[in-house]
Amino acid sequence: MSRIGVIGRRLYRGEVDIDFVGRYRLWYGLSGFLLVISIAGLVFQGLNLGVEFKGGSVFSFSKPTSSTIQDVRSTVEGAGVHQVIVQEAGPRWRVTTESLPVSEVSRVQKVISDKYKVPGDQVSKQIIGATWGGEVLNKAVIGLIVFMIAIILYLTLAFEWKMALAAVVALIHDLVITAGVYAWSGFEVTPATMLGFLTILGYSLYDAVVVFDMIKEVTAKLGTTAKMTYTQAANNALNHTLIRSLNTSLVAILPVAAILFIGTTLFGAGTLKDLSLALFVGMIVGTYSSLCVATPLLVRLKEREPKYIALAKRLATNKKTAAVEDAPRSGGKGKEPAAAGSAGASPGATASSNGAVAGGKRKKR
Amino acid sequence: MLLALLALILAMGATMLLQKAFVPKYALDLAGGTTVTLSPVTQSGAAPSQESLDLAVNIIRERVNGHGLADADVAKSGDNIVISVGGAGTDEVVKSVGTTAELRFRQVLAVAAANATPGKLPTAPATPVPSGSPSPTGKGSAKPTAEPSSTAKPAPSGTPAGRALSSALTAPTPAPSASASGASAKPSGKAATPEPSASAPSGQPSGQPSAPTAEDPLAGVDLTGVDPAVATQFQNLDCTKKDPGRGVQDDPGKQIVACSDDGGAKYVLEKAAVKGTEVSGATSGVDSTTGEWIVSVNFKSQGASQFAKITGQITSAPQPRNQLAMVLDGVVISAPVIEEPIPGGQARISGSFTQKTSTDLANELKFGALPLKFVQSSIEEVSGTLGADQLRGGLLAGGIGLILVVFYSLLYYRGLGLVAVASLGVATILTYQAVVLLGHNANFRLSLPHIIGLIVSIGITADSFIVYFERMRDEMKEGRRSLRVAVEVAWVRARRTILIADAVMFIAALVLYFLAVGGVAGFAFAMGLTTLIDIMVVFLFTKPFVAALAKVPFFAKGHKLSGLDAERMSREPADVRTTITQEG
Repeated sequence: MSRIGVIGRRLYRGEVDIDFVGRYRLWYGLSGFLLVISIAGLVFQGLNLGVEFKGGSVFSFSKPTSSTIQDVRSTVEGAGVHQVIVQEAGPRWRVTTESLPVSEVSRVQKVISDKYKVPGDQVSKQIIGATWGGEVLNKAVIGLIVFMIAIILYLTLAFEWKMALAAVVALIHDLVITAGVYAWSGFEVTPATMLGFLTILGYSLYDAVVVFDMIKEVTAKLGTTAKMTYTQAANNALNHTLIRSLNTSLVAILPVAAILFIGTTLFGAGTLKDLSLALFVGMIVGTYSSLCVATPLLVRLKEREPKYIALAKRLATNKKTAAVEDAPRSGGKGKEPAAAGSAGASPGATASSNGAVAGGKRKKR
Repeated sequence: MLLALLALILAMGATMLLQKAFVPKYALDLAGGTTVTLSPVTQSGAAPSQESLDLAVNIIRERVNGHGLADADVAKSGDNIVISVGGAGTDEVVKSVGTTAELRFRQVLAVAAANATPGKLPTAPATPVPSGSPSPTGKGSAKPTAEPSSTAKPAPSGTPAGRALSSALTAPTPAPSASASGASAKPSGKAATPEPSASAPSGQPSGQPSAPTAEDPLAGVDLTGVDPAVATQFQNLDCTKKDPGRGVQDDPGKQIVACSDDGGAKYVLEKAAVKGTEVSGATSGVDSTTGEWIVSVNFKSQGASQFAKITGQITSAPQPRNQLAMVLDGVVISAPVIEEPIPGGQARISGSFTQKTSTDLANELKFGALPLKFVQSSIEEVSGTLGADQLRGGLLAGGIGLILVVFYSLLYYRGLGLVAVASLGVATILTYQAVVLLGHNANFRLSLPHIIGLIVSIGITADSFIVYFERMRDEMKEGRRSLRVAVEVAWVRARRTILIADAVMFIAALVLYFLAVGGVAGFAFAMGLTTLIDIMVVFLFTKPFVAALAKVPFFAKGHKLSGLDAERMSREPADVRTTITQEG
């Protein structure tokens, strides 16, 4: 207990030092695993599309005291409708059928109204054409693409293109994993869910912006005489904003959790639940990705810049002179000058230089 | 700063008082009602042009309003048209908006005033059309040919009748007076022949505004060759009613009755001679010789021969049977006199046009030529009880969400949390006022997606405070600055973060608002609105409030409950992070 208290206090004071960036292999592995599972889910399992995407008719009315699912189903089937699905949605029955013409819908409405003594105008109905969902989906995809382009442009202006790229990769990561959760769990995907997916965009980025802003500030001070590599500086910035990220995420998730709770307990199905569920899942993934995906990715991109390669090399050399006994590392570093020497450092060579930096960091502890 | 915000809140509050607007206007998913979403279907699958959509919106609005439905709202949403009607019993809406507007050309068989009530028309009582003609039956007519320019003027300048249709190829028509004025345009050619009927013996209302009511309004109207059933319909048709019969899917193979688009006249029309799909284009322009506005119509090959045939057939017919009506969506939009046979598939309509009326007619002809077909993508009828339930659920969720955030802020930030709570309170007031005022002044309807968007935004608003507070604590920790200095230094840095983050949210809202369909736009609107309110609250309230508090000893001295106490700020020398940084 006291240990948890200490961690909590340290967390509160911003005294934690978790090596987010150095453990990039762990995060990449974890994210890669989740992405593969998500994509597999989307491919093999598919999404459970709601009636809005398939087309159909939905009736909803207050539950009369003496009515059962079987009872309602046989009533509606008696009206000449097939494919009847009856669901309980809080205090109401929700009956889903195949897409019916307008006249049929009125007839079913009347049958329900007569049988259960519900006034006709208290039976809600919804008729969805088969093409509607496709249109919603199309628009959502177009919106998504336009948004990504707009955001890359904006973040490139506000920060730099590498940060924009890292943020957008993290965003796609969040969307795919959220979709994967839907595929495997079989939650119904409705237009409201799409709305939730789209909102994740904003949130996922909000977090990333807070973190990147701090990284930008901290790394701006990194001159040639700096005592930290970009990796270390970024990691510091991340730890610095950790409490902020967790706080903002928690505060953002609280209202969503409230909607999810109300939507699930009071309504069972509908806009409230569909939207908040997507947001709930997406925000949790988003918090993880802004810390463990966006930043490590940014660092990988930045450490390729000659300026930071040189910085890393110099710091490593200092380290070497300070720790002469460390034979394996000096061997590893032997390759570095060559890599950095060829100005356009190939990715492979850069990776090795990064490895050396990370290694040095671990050793230091 | 604080005063500016206070002034804003009071001003909005005063406006609410003045307008007696205290409750937001709810959309149909909360108030109950029917929403029909129509999606256009084009043959090529490409998006329809905005002009054709606008025209479709107008046609549907006319139809819906024609049904006398209160509170009907027809709006474009992306490429879709969304019709919202409050209340129940909306089957007729669904039916009326379902048909496709189509353009047809039909010969006029008979024409009469809109109804039996005289005085409805400002001039020329019997009909605004020069119905006077040496009709074969010898019945007289009300044609005031004597002074064409003064009395025979077709009443409203936009009346469909009173125009001449001539071949565009032979432009200035042989009749010199054809286009001289709106009035003389129509009787040109044959109808203008000085007929003796000017002194019609039938006692018809002949130009006197005080036309006798007792007269059968249909007297003098020749119904030869008209299907008896249609003739009865014609007699009973009253075009002055609210619904002039729009949305009637007319059968091109049958005679029909129809009203003029301004409700000023009613017609019996022959079977369709040319369908609108045969029109290849229509433009409005100024005639180079007469200087008056005209509309040119072009036909495709089949349409051109059909058009040549019909104009050839009817041009020598007596008035009004020499008129060719253009019927769009069951309403006569123009019924010009055919002055001559028009071969070649090019025709021009002249007479009493203004720039606007000629452009309108050209658009109607052009898009009537490419009738937009719509499918009813979604029909949603929400009963009053379901709407009330959803509203209750949304408000409940919002309340719980707000309480959770307030609770967390107080627990975590203690005294500073009060600032957050007060800021949230201000943001809530501003949002509520904005929603109410937008509802009453800009027809903004609060829907469930809006409410969810607003609740979700509680998080964004609170995030801004957190960013600022954490910055403040950073400053106090690192620089060991006094609270008053920290408040200012932290603000400069937090401001940038907040602005960038809010800009990202705002871009998301904008993109969603303009590109999405259905409820998404409402949700995006709420998101954008709260983002703006958030910036306003942080700049005008939170920051000045914190600065003011910094002068209060409770906070400045770091009381244990202030959220800024020494222990929480970890002012002890052994700062782990600093040590590591120095090593590195």
